[in-house]
Amino acid sequence: MSAIPTEPSLKRVPLHGLHAELGAKFVPFAGYEMPVQYKLGVLGEHLHTRTKAGLFDVSHMGQLRLRGANPAASLETLVPGDIQALKPWRTRYTLLTNDQGGVLDDLMVTNLEDHLFLIVNAATKDADIAHLTARLAGEAAVEPLPDRALLALQGPAAASVLSRFAPSIGGMAFMTAANISFDGIPCFVTRSGYTGEDGYEISVPGAEAERFARLLLAHEEVAAIGLGARDSLRLEAGLCLYGHDIDETTTVIEADLAWAVGKRRRADGGFPGAAIIQRQLAEGAPRRRVGILPEGKAPAREHTEITDGTTRIGEITSGGFGPSQGGPVAMGYVDAKHAAIGTAITLVVRGVARPAQVVALPFVPHRYFRG
Amino acid sequence: MSTIHYTKSHEWIRVDGDTATVGITAHAAEALGDVVYVEVPAAGKALSKGKEAAVVESVKAASEVYAPVSGTVTEGNPALADDPALVNKDAMGDGWFFKLTVSDQSELADLLDQAAYDALVAESH
Repeated sequence: MSAIPTEPSLKRVPLHGLHAELGAKFVPFAGYEMPVQYKLGVLGEHLHTRTKAGLFDVSHMGQLRLRGANPAASLETLVPGDIQALKPWRTRYTLLTNDQGGVLDDLMVTNLEDHLFLIVNAATKDADIAHLTARLAGEAAVEPLPDRALLALQGPAAASVLSRFAPSIGGMAFMTAANISFDGIPCFVTRSGYTGEDGYEISVPGAEAERFARLLLAHEEVAAIGLGARDSLRLEAGLCLYGHDIDETTTVIEADLAWAVGKRRRADGGFPGAAIIQRQLAEGAPRRRVGILPEGKAPAREHTEITDGTTRIGEITSGGFGPSQGGPVAMGYVDAKHAAIGTAITLVVRGVARPAQVVALPFVPHRYFRG
Repeated sequence: MSTIHYTKSHEWIRVDGDTATVGITAHAAEALGDVVYVEVPAAGKALSKGKEAAVVESVKAASEVYAPVSGTVTEGNPALADDPALVNKDAMGDGWFFKLTVSDQSELADLLDQAAYDALVAESH
């Protein structure tokens, strides 16, 4: 059997000791030693999250404050989202773009009135901080928050569990934010996540993170969930993984993220790559990210070649087994003329051509709480 | 009487005269986690020692299974298509991958016996 390599000298998150105590298997991820699974296993953890509540440690992600005279207007020079229209204590998904309309990172932005709160990907956070600092010099300042941990509680039982500490939390709508105290621990909470389930992301002081995690894990509905299940959950939910489904070479429109380009921004531009994104909005992009349902049981993994039966038309960017789907699921890029839902395509898995179909995303319906 | 040998890459092979049965060890199955898909070779396929013979996939990743010795496949385990979790439940028994006719008995001499394999697993902990 082929082995999985490991890397030395990795950073650790505040909950490292707790993860080890819970029987985590660790893997290197974005320079951190992170739990990929616990004793329940990836399959069990995935299904637990869809039926009860999963606790994820995503403390490797970057948490930043952006301060300035008008941080929303400043940030808009780097992202295509309508950040100035974002109401106080509301959260929005947006993208840092490059001059080619490609994606430097995807991130969550929350309007905290006198500043913006940003959550960025672990692998890109240093580059993001440098980019924001350089490009917004003189108008907005970036304040990284390396001493904070970030936990996510996801799944249908997440709201009832957290409501036992803070009854008001159940009334929060998807993509809204609040400062909430849990047993005296001051937290910044958004009703959001990356599993397709209802849930919350909770920013907590690193020194209090373990006590907070133990408070949640004491509830029978809550289990610790590793990055393995986080990946299969987000794939079934049709959500992009930066560095795989989106990167500097995929434009926002190719990635089928046009919904993240604000209406005003489409008209006015004013962000890196605007001309290319505006042209692709008007004329269509040459290729598109689509959902892919392989026929049969064989998973088709990242980098699997996609053909129309004879000619290469694209490549899978995320693929595997979907535990809730009960079979293989994938997403990838195909030439625009093959991107319509229902199109029959061919996947070349270990040299064997296997039939598949372009399907609508997500594979598992989102269950966000819209209020 | 059959004898069981192991590879450093965590396959087992149970040899009975010229025929043998191959699978992955319980240690390997445990390390992989929940097996969700297995691809076994078809009868008649010629295998070379140390080369890819089968594929085993968990939720997270696909791994190759190598042929412990050279030979010709006589049967792939048909039960794994519908129940790949057999690999987790009974790696050394019902979760076998394929049977083959061994073409060169002398290749068995390079493999590990039970004690040597147990020592290899112990080292990795």
